[in-house]
Amino acid sequence: MGEKIQNTGRKGAKGQRVKRPKKEYKHLKPRNLDPSALKAIATRDAYGDALLELGKKREDLVVLDADLSGSTKTGKFAKAFPERFYNLGVSEQDLIGTASGLSLAGKLPFASTFAVFETGRAWEQIRQTVCYSNLNVKLVATHSGITVGEDGASHQATEDIALMRVLPNMTVIVPSDGNETTQVVNAVADFRGPVYVRLGRAKVPAVMPDDYEFRIGKAYTFQIGRDANIVAIGIMVSMALEAARILKHEGIDAGVLNMATVKPLDTKTLLTAAKRCRVIVTAEEHSVIGGLGSAVSEFLSENHPIRTSRIGLMDNFGCSGRPEELLKLFGLTTENIVKTVKRTLRK
Amino acid sequence: MKSVGNADIGFLKEKARLLRMEILKMLTESGSGHTGGSLSAADVVTVLYFYKMKHKPGDPEWRERDRFILSKGHAAPVLYAALALSGYFDKPLLKTLRKLGSPLQGHPCSKMLPGVEISTGSLGQGLSIANGIAMGLKLDGLTSRVYCLLGDGETQEGQVWEAAMTAAHYRLDNLCAIIDNNGLQIDGLCSDVMSIEPIVDKWEAFGWHVIDINGHDMEAIVNALNEAETVKLKPTMIVARTVKGKGVSFFEGKVQYHGIAPTEEELEKALKELKYNG
Repeated sequence: MGEKIQNTGRKGAKGQRVKRPKKEYKHLKPRNLDPSALKAIATRDAYGDALLELGKKREDLVVLDADLSGSTKTGKFAKAFPERFYNLGVSEQDLIGTASGLSLAGKLPFASTFAVFETGRAWEQIRQTVCYSNLNVKLVATHSGITVGEDGASHQATEDIALMRVLPNMTVIVPSDGNETTQVVNAVADFRGPVYVRLGRAKVPAVMPDDYEFRIGKAYTFQIGRDANIVAIGIMVSMALEAARILKHEGIDAGVLNMATVKPLDTKTLLTAAKRCRVIVTAEEHSVIGGLGSAVSEFLSENHPIRTSRIGLMDNFGCSGRPEELLKLFGLTTENIVKTVKRTLRK
Repeated sequence: MKSVGNADIGFLKEKARLLRMEILKMLTESGSGHTGGSLSAADVVTVLYFYKMKHKPGDPEWRERDRFILSKGHAAPVLYAALALSGYFDKPLLKTLRKLGSPLQGHPCSKMLPGVEISTGSLGQGLSIANGIAMGLKLDGLTSRVYCLLGDGETQEGQVWEAAMTAAHYRLDNLCAIIDNNGLQIDGLCSDVMSIEPIVDKWEAFGWHVIDINGHDMEAIVNALNEAETVKLKPTMIVARTVKGKGVSFFEGKVQYHGIAPTEEELEKALKELKYNG
């Protein structure tokens, strides 16, 4: 990612009252800055491993892909359980329909391809069949956002959260690291109903504490800031943590929330954070329209109007380049989070 | 009384007549809906529900049932009539078609009406779903079969051909699809709007076993469905050549009756015809 990523050493302030913010800063201290110790792994790799393990436990698990099993990492499951793996070829609409049929036959289907094709090409199949009939289909898409890199805008899903979030019955989850991805895979397998899980191509550092327990619909509070709180998802969580650390040195008390479940939004945790600070800043590797920033703004404007800024793609397409170059170009950086927090506080 | 295989053709003809009457009555009552394509599919649906399919109206979730997917969801009235006459629900419910609060939605909704396997209405999606069910049944070692009814205009949807490849590739011989080939779509003749012929050659080229029949000939429908069951390692497509609006002389072959309901006067005339023809 080209960013120096910080990690948190212990459990966050979830459910704890924040009385002495100075103590809270300790959460931001890096556990270890050596990249190998940060357990950098792409969320898609964690997915591949988690599916394989899940396949051993659950005989009803079936996995479908549309000619991208090497990239989405469903290939691991395919190799171990060929009779429960279906490659549909280059046909995303059929992928979703077939997964729906398998769920009707009592199976637990996980359907994977790149996020842009899964949510875009097959959006109407997801709407008409999966969501309208509330089927137990898990859509786990990889290659979301601009960190797809060199392939360019055609392959960079930057609208997928918006497309999925608008659908009734749909749950939308964006894991931030390998550990969280593994937990998400297991959690959605036990959950009944349609789920969209958004994964990435590039390696990301471990940001969640070792004892972190993911729950659908529950945000994770690293700490609550009195000046600002940064609500982040996916790869932006590690940058938000780094930004909070930098802001602290400049005398600004900023907290960080990992809003891994974008829908249903954890409004309770969000409200708690918003009530204790002056501004909220959202950060996502997605358009600022329709994604996390929208979800947070919609809720806050109706329930606790507070100055809010959104970091993400500003209504534009990505382009080819190295992931770290693109993140810089589109302002998905620690520096921009720091700048945005300060600007929002000054407004 | 003529019988083919173990099918009682006279009984099936009578059921189809009753089905058509219920279709016309519910459509007139609702004031909107798709008349032509419901009537053209009535004979095929009758043979499925009253002869071929293994199903229990009292237990719609029965694990070993055969599945019916109405991919051409706008023909909902023919499905609702078949479900009512089979005993899935009481006939008076048919009068609520398309009305607020009714489980009989304009297009079938599986969450609202037991017996509807999956919500349809957006064309081109049913065959993929049928494939998935067929795969799941095979995984479980069940001998249940999956039937999927498509419209001919519907085969203009690209997804249908994705699904056509999938069914052949995975050798889904527990799947039998039927095209209600009435030759008409909303904007006119299929051959004018977007030609789908040669439909038999196309499905054969995609690796399917194809049976080309008169879709109003009960014996032919029975024989085709029985033949499909004997085909191994291939899915079967029955191209049922039908007439839109079949059974009511003044609706037959008329494209304008694709998406409108009969008036009270038309209903009265139509019911008379059906009684005489019965």
